[in-house]
Amino acid sequence: MSDLRTELKESIIEQLNLEELSVEDIENDEHLFGDGVGLDSIDALELIVLLEKDYGIKLTDPQQGKDIFVSINRMAEFIEAHRTK
Amino acid sequence: MEKGIAVTGMGIISSIGKNLEENYISLISGKNGLSFSEILETKHTHLPVGEIKISNLELLDSLKLNSSKPITRASLLGIVAVKEAILNADLHETQLGTCGFISGTSVGGIDATEKYYKNFQDGDYTEFIKAQHPGFTSKQIANYFEIKGQVSTISTACSSAANSIMLGARLIRSGKLKRVIVGGTDCLTKFTLNGFNSLMILSEKPNKAFDEDRNGLNLGEGAAYLVLEADDVLGAKQVLGRVSGYGNANDAFHQTASSPEGEGAYMAMNKALRTAKLNPRDIDFIHAHGTATRNNDLSESVAMNRVFKDSLPDFSSTKGFTGHTLAAAGGLQAVLNLLMLKNQQIYPTLNFQNKMEESGLIPITDLKHKRLSHILSNSFGFGGNCTSLIFSSNEK
Amino acid sequence: MNKQYYISNFTSIKKGAVYNAKNKIFESELELNEIDLFLKEAYNFLALSYPKFFKMDRLSKLGILASEVLLKNESLESDTAIILSNSTSSLNTDKTHQESINQIVSPSIFVYTLPNIVLGEISIKYQLQSENAFFISDTFDAELIADYTNDLLAFEKAKNAVCGWIDLKNAEYDVFLCLISEEGDVPFTQKNLEQLYYFENE
Repeated sequence: MSDLRTELKESIIEQLNLEELSVEDIENDEHLFGDGVGLDSIDALELIVLLEKDYGIKLTDPQQGKDIFVSINRMAEFIEAHRTK
Repeated sequence: MEKGIAVTGMGIISSIGKNLEENYISLISGKNGLSFSEILETKHTHLPVGEIKISNLELLDSLKLNSSKPITRASLLGIVAVKEAILNADLHETQLGTCGFISGTSVGGIDATEKYYKNFQDGDYTEFIKAQHPGFTSKQIANYFEIKGQVSTISTACSSAANSIMLGARLIRSGKLKRVIVGGTDCLTKFTLNGFNSLMILSEKPNKAFDEDRNGLNLGEGAAYLVLEADDVLGAKQVLGRVSGYGNANDAFHQTASSPEGEGAYMAMNKALRTAKLNPRDIDFIHAHGTATRNNDLSESVAMNRVFKDSLPDFSSTKGFTGHTLAAAGGLQAVLNLLMLKNQQIYPTLNFQNKMEESGLIPITDLKHKRLSHILSNSFGFGGNCTSLIFSSNEK
Repeated sequence: MNKQYYISNFTSIKKGAVYNAKNKIFESELELNEIDLFLKEAYNFLALSYPKFFKMDRLSKLGILASEVLLKNESLESDTAIILSNSTSSLNTDKTHQESINQIVSPSIFVYTLPNIVLGEISIKYQLQSENAFFISDTFDAELIADYTNDLLAFEKAKNAVCGWIDLKNAEYDVFLCLISEEGDVPFTQKNLEQLYYFENE
C-alpha cells in the first residue's frame, strides 16, 4: 500500500511550486497555512483542484477547504474517507 | 474644490441597453440584464452573465463593417459606445484628428483568439493573431473613427477604464491634449468564465452586493466612454459633469484578494478627495465596486467606514444590473454617475436582503431621488490596483 | 514649483544577462530559450530568499528579479509609484490558461493572466502602496512613460517612481526598469530614457 501522506507531500510540492521544500521538510501534523509551509488562498484553490484530479473528490464550497487542508494528516483522513479514484 | 475636467459626451452599451436611453430606462425600472450564455458558446450555461444579446454579425451589420475584416467583439462594443459618445459631444471630424483615445481592456481580442487559436497552426485565421495584444482592440476602435491623437491602452484588470479616465483628465489638465475619449471595453469569453470559476468566486444566482449571504459575482460585458474637453475649447457646449478627483493606490496584499483593512481602497478614496479638494462630508453618494464576492464587499465596507467614519453617505452597487464588466466597469460606472447627476437620482443595489453582520451597512435598494453634487466611484482590480474617481455637477 | 528628477539607477535583463546600470552583473551559460532555468539561476545569483517567487509566472518573476537589482539597497518609502508597460500583456500565461480550459483549469495560472499582476507582486514584496499603471504599446514608448511619471511626481502623488518596460515574447524577454528620484546624475527626460533603453539593446 503506497504511503498516501508521502504521495500528498510530493503532489503539493509539485503542484504548488514549493521549490525550496522537500518531503522531509513537511511534518504530517504541521499547519499547512502557517509560517512553515506558508500556503495561501490561491494554494487552497489548487488543493481543491488536486482533490478532484487525483482522488475524484469534488468540493463545491471553498470554505470546506479550511477544515480539510489544515494538515497532511487531516487531508489524508478526508481522502481515505471520500476518494473515488 | 477643484473645478475638474469637463465631460461633454458619453456612450454606453451593456446588457441593460445598447445606448444611453435604453440603459436609463432599465435603471429606473429596476430591470437587470442577467441571463444565461447564448452567444458565448460555453459549457457553463448555468452561470448567470450580463450578456449583450447582439451577435458579432449583427454588430458588424449595424456598424456597416465588412465581416471579412478581423475585428473582435470588444472592439465592436467599443465602437458602438464611442460612436454614441462622439455624437453626444457633437465632435467633428477635424476635432477627431487631434483627439486622444485612452482605452482599458482586460480580454479584448481573446474572444477571437480562443476561437481561432487552434487554426493558427494550420495557417488559418492568422489575421487574428495580432488580436492577442490588448492594444489591437484600442487601435481598431481609434482607426474606425480616424482618431489621430495619442492612443494608449491601459490593462490593469477591473480598474482599467477608471485609470483611463484618470489619465485622460491629467492629459487635459497638463495641457497635453485639448480633448480625449476615455473609458473601456470587455466582452464575455470562455477564458474569463472558466478562469473566474476556478477561483470559485462566481455565483450561480444573480449577485447580491453587500448582502450577508452574497456568494460571488456574475461576469458581464460592455463598453462605455466619456469625452473630456479642456475648458478653453468648450464654447457653448453642454457640460454633463466634471471629473473633479481621482486617486490610485496599490493594496500590496495579494494577487487577487483585497486586504481585510481595505488599505488600497482607503488610500485611493482619500487621494481622490485630496485631488478634488473635498471633505468626506461633501460626497453625496458612493458608487461602490461592490462585486458581491465575500472578500471585496467586506474589504470595501471597511475602507468606506475608515474614510467616512460617521458621515458615510448613501452607497450602491449597480453590478446587479449589468454584471461585472471587468476592465469596462469603471467606464460603465462613470456613465451611470453622470446619468445620476443629470437626473438627481441614485440607482439601487439589486437583490439585497440582509445587511452584512461585520459592517451593518445598508446600500440603497430602491430608486432614490436626491440632491447630488459629488459622486465618488470605486473600481478595484486584481493585482491590488485600486482607483477612485469623483464626478461633480458642473457649477455654472 | 518644478523639482528636477533623475534616473537614479536602472537595470535590464535580456539575452541571458542581468545588468545593474551599465554593468553586467550576471550572465548565464544556458541556451537562450531555457528561460525557466535562467530565471531560477538569476534568483539564486541574487540570493533572493522569497519562496513566493516559484509560484509566479515568468512575467512576474522577471519583474521581481529586476526590482531586486534596482531596489535592493534602497530604503524606499511606500509612496513609490510603479509605471510599467509592454507589448504582449500577459500573453505567455494567457496561452497556458487557454490550453487548460477544456480540462482542469488551474486558479494559480489564471491569476497571472493580467499584466498588472506584476505591479501587484512588486508592491507586495517591497510594500509599495502608491499609484500603479500598466500600459500596452507596440514598442517602448519613452514619451508616454516619461510624461506620465513626470506628471505623477510633479503633482506630488508620489515621492519616487519605478518605471519601464517588461516584455516577454515566447521565451524572449526584454526588461528595462528605472528608479526615478530626486537624486542622481542623469536627468529624467524622454531622451535620456530612450538612450538608456537603446544602449542596453545593442
